[in-house]
Amino acid sequence: MTEPGLYHFLFISAALFFIGVYGFFTRRNLVTMLMSVELILNSVNLNFIAFNKYLWPDRLDGVFFTIFIIAIAAAEAAVAIAIIINLYRSHQSIDVENAEELKF
Amino acid sequence: MSGATIIFYLLAALTLVSGLLAVTTRMIFRAAIYLLFSLIGIAGIYFWLQYEFIAAVQIVVYVGGIVVLIIFSIFLTQQAGDELPRQKMGRQLFSALAAFCGLALVMLQLYQHSFVKTNSPAIEPSVANIGNQMLGVDDNGYALPFEVVSILLLAAMIGCIVIALKSKPDKIMNKEQGISNNEVGGV
Repeated sequence: MTEPGLYHFLFISAALFFIGVYGFFTRRNLVTMLMSVELILNSVNLNFIAFNKYLWPDRLDGVFFTIFIIAIAAAEAAVAIAIIINLYRSHQSIDVENAEELKF
Repeated sequence: MSGATIIFYLLAALTLVSGLLAVTTRMIFRAAIYLLFSLIGIAGIYFWLQYEFIAAVQIVVYVGGIVVLIIFSIFLTQQAGDELPRQKMGRQLFSALAAFCGLALVMLQLYQHSFVKTNSPAIEPSVANIGNQMLGVDDNGYALPFEVVSILLLAAMIGCIVIALKSKPDKIMNKEQGISNNEVGGV
């Protein structure tokens, strides 16, 4: 176990990203797919912060990108949940396999 | 090995293990709680990096907002205590393989790349510095993205209300009539 450096954070970020990708591939429930997307967005935020801290500590751009990503993620989650609730009302299910009118 | 290093590894383990459990557990409510712990672990990592403002924003927006919203939507759309159906083995296997190969590729690329650090003196990511630059209108200011995000949030709020609004009964009847008229026309 070495002293934490940039690569440790990049590893956590990459691992979290691919955990999210795995969840997005395997899950078929819209709410759990949304959770996977949140994990992916968080890994991106962690990446920005780590680069800002270790490579460009003289600037604050990574912080701003993180703040804007968090704001956009909140908006995205709110809209996605509104869509999910609307879908549940019309289909009585939020499984993506049951919502296939838009397929093809 | 100092205390800070141990805390870092504990936070990393908390984040990754609860993230992994969040995408693999079959109880949907537990998945939301594991996601909560994963997000708290990331907030802890921000604290560890001494980006206190970002950590506070992470806790307020994610833990206090998005996870609560997700839990509400679970309650509204799911029978409590139901397990999610088991996924096909092949799909799980190939997803894990794809994720692992992606991770291996990214880490291979990262370790072959050497990053160049800047030599300029560091500035502190304090709230005063962040606020001054975020609302600044000079070259490095972020006033325009700030305004754009405010418009986006307003649009998202109105969009949510419109999408989740229950349509009125008379409107539904009009729609049904329209459909039946179309069918008659088609015949």
